[in-house]
Amino acid sequence: MKMSGNPYLFAAYAVTWIIHIVYLSTIVSRYSRLKREIEEAGLRSQVSGVRKP
Amino acid sequence: MMKRAFPILGVLTAILLSYALYMALVWAPTERTMGDVQRIFYYHVPSAWTAFILFFVNFGASVVYLIKRKPAADIVALVSAEVGVVFCTVVLITGPIWARPVWGIWWTWDMRLTSTLVLWLIYVSYLFLRRFSSSGQTPLLAAALAVLGALCVPFVYFSIWFFRTQHPQPVMGGGGSIDPRMLHVLLINWLAFSCFAFLVCWSRYRLEKLQREVDQAHAMESLKDPRGSVR
Repeated sequence: MKMSGNPYLFAAYAVTWIIHIVYLSTIVSRYSRLKREIEEAGLRSQVSGVRKP
Repeated sequence: MMKRAFPILGVLTAILLSYALYMALVWAPTERTMGDVQRIFYYHVPSAWTAFILFFVNFGASVVYLIKRKPAADIVALVSAEVGVVFCTVVLITGPIWARPVWGIWWTWDMRLTSTLVLWLIYVSYLFLRRFSSSGQTPLLAAALAVLGALCVPFVYFSIWFFRTQHPQPVMGGGGSIDPRMLHVLLINWLAFSCFAFLVCWSRYRLEKLQREVDQAHAMESLKDPRGSVR
């Protein structure tokens, strides 16, 4: 089976992974932003979800 | 323990997803009439099933929140709706990509397609409500909306039986037959996408919990600070 020979099949699989990767990257960027906010505001001792250095 | 389990499960899920992809593209037999384009089935159907399960989780968590007012239930409801919308988006995009070469059209306003679009819009409105409403009643209103939205899920699934539609019969309980090898590949892909959805939900749950802790800490800081807000 050659995927390149079927643009619809390639498009469907590619779109699926693009959607999932874009969503995962929003989670990662939100987490990084939150971690930075915790560092800047000195809230490390008050929140449980961030690993100690 | 939980922090160690996450990367292990992540690696196992990545292996399972790669194996499922191999099975879908190489191992599964080619369908006689549609040809290779039928392999979209192995991503389209598991994504739909996963979205339906996540919407039911959202329903269950919303009911728990309405009864017990537990914040954890509210977080589970939010997370499952968000990840469910992502999977439902995949269904709504891969469906027309499959329909174009098989039916000759990208979209038709038949009951299955239209009800799936309405379902997606209901959960997108749910997420908009949660994102843009600042009222303290938002989780309660969202839970009520989620309970009503969940009623739409069985309607979407059974719409194929209730109405004459262009969409094929369901694989499970639809009365049609499927090659056992195709069913095997379908179930592997479903398992892989379910594990992936679980991991994404887990990450999103941790993020939301942390966000709420930070918001609470900011609120406490502003109460301590006589000049007012920290932010």
